Amino acid sequence: MKRFILFLPLILFLVLGAFLYKGLFLNPKAMPSALEGKPVPEFKLLTVTKGDRIVTKADLLGDYYLMNVWATWCPSCKAEHPYLLDIARSGVPIYGINYKDERAEATKWLTTYQDPYKFSAFDVNGELGLNLGVYGAPETFLVDHKGIIRLRYAGVINANSWGSKFVPLINDIKSEIAELAGDSES
Amino acid sequence: MKPLVSMLLGLLIVLSGNAIASSVETYQFSKSEYEVRFQDLNKILRCPKCQNQNLADSNSMISQDLRREVFRLMEEGRSDDQIIEFMVMRYGDFVLYKPKFDGVTYFLWLGPIGFGALGLLILGTVVFRQRNKRNAVITADESSGEHLSSDEQAKLDRILKRDSD
Repeated sequence: MKRFILFLPLILFLVLGAFLYKGLFLNPKAMPSALEGKPVPEFKLLTVTKGDRIVTKADLLGDYYLMNVWATWCPSCKAEHPYLLDIARSGVPIYGINYKDERAEATKWLTTYQDPYKFSAFDVNGELGLNLGVYGAPETFLVDHKGIIRLRYAGVINANSWGSKFVPLINDIKSEIAELAGDSES
Repeated sequence: MKPLVSMLLGLLIVLSGNAIASSVETYQFSKSEYEVRFQDLNKILRCPKCQNQNLADSNSMISQDLRREVFRLMEEGRSDDQIIEFMVMRYGDFVLYKPKFDGVTYFLWLGPIGFGALGLLILGTVVFRQRNKRNAVITADESSGEHLSSDEQAKLDRILKRDSD
């Protein structure tokens, strides 16, 4: 017992040290997402390119798809844009949410840098953004076949983040869909 | 020269005052109690974009939006709890400056009390032990006959007497 008490400060120090060491590598900006596991919120917005086309949640189609929050005032959005084009070319549907932007600027952006989106909802007041818990741009949501948000990623999508965050989840969703198909056949 | 400087300074102050005033939006509350509740809520809700500012403190775009939303919900007649719930649904527990008391945070809440109790316990044990030890030493002194023998006592008396002479 006496021996143990002698070592108590050392043990406490090691425990504290372990916690603090772990803290060195935490990202204080990483925010736990409140919407993962919840359905996409309802919305009713015009699109950027067609001022008279109204889009709602029912227009988001695909076994799985991405919702990408972007704006012309956001430099990181420009950085991830070429990679979004690559993803779109590979067959993943991407829906844009043009967050608190100006229509003329946004249209110019889409013609100058090409348009990876099926459509971009024109969220000028940020209401859809607010319901999605968006606090900046770029942010990307991965939605599965049931319309449930599986991932919310705040930051630039590049080969690295795409491979480590999105691809494994997309594979999960694909196998879930395959299971469903198998069940209905048997 | 001097009046010119003070005039310029005065102008600067006036202009900066305007700059501050123009960046904070104003709301017309239908009830005066709403304004108090609005201020209180803005103090306890945290700006999701900033690391350590509340809504009242921050002028980021998202804070402006969330303040507008607090105002809107309040005017709709929602209670404080409902408004907080609305924010947590979208932005998670991060928006709360005062963490909720649940499974994840009970260590956070009870930790300090626990550590305080542990400290007191250790302190108490140490003091108690020391006291026991000292008492034991004193009784040992008395019983082990470490008193002076009559010869030694006489010698001591002599020495003391010689000194005082």
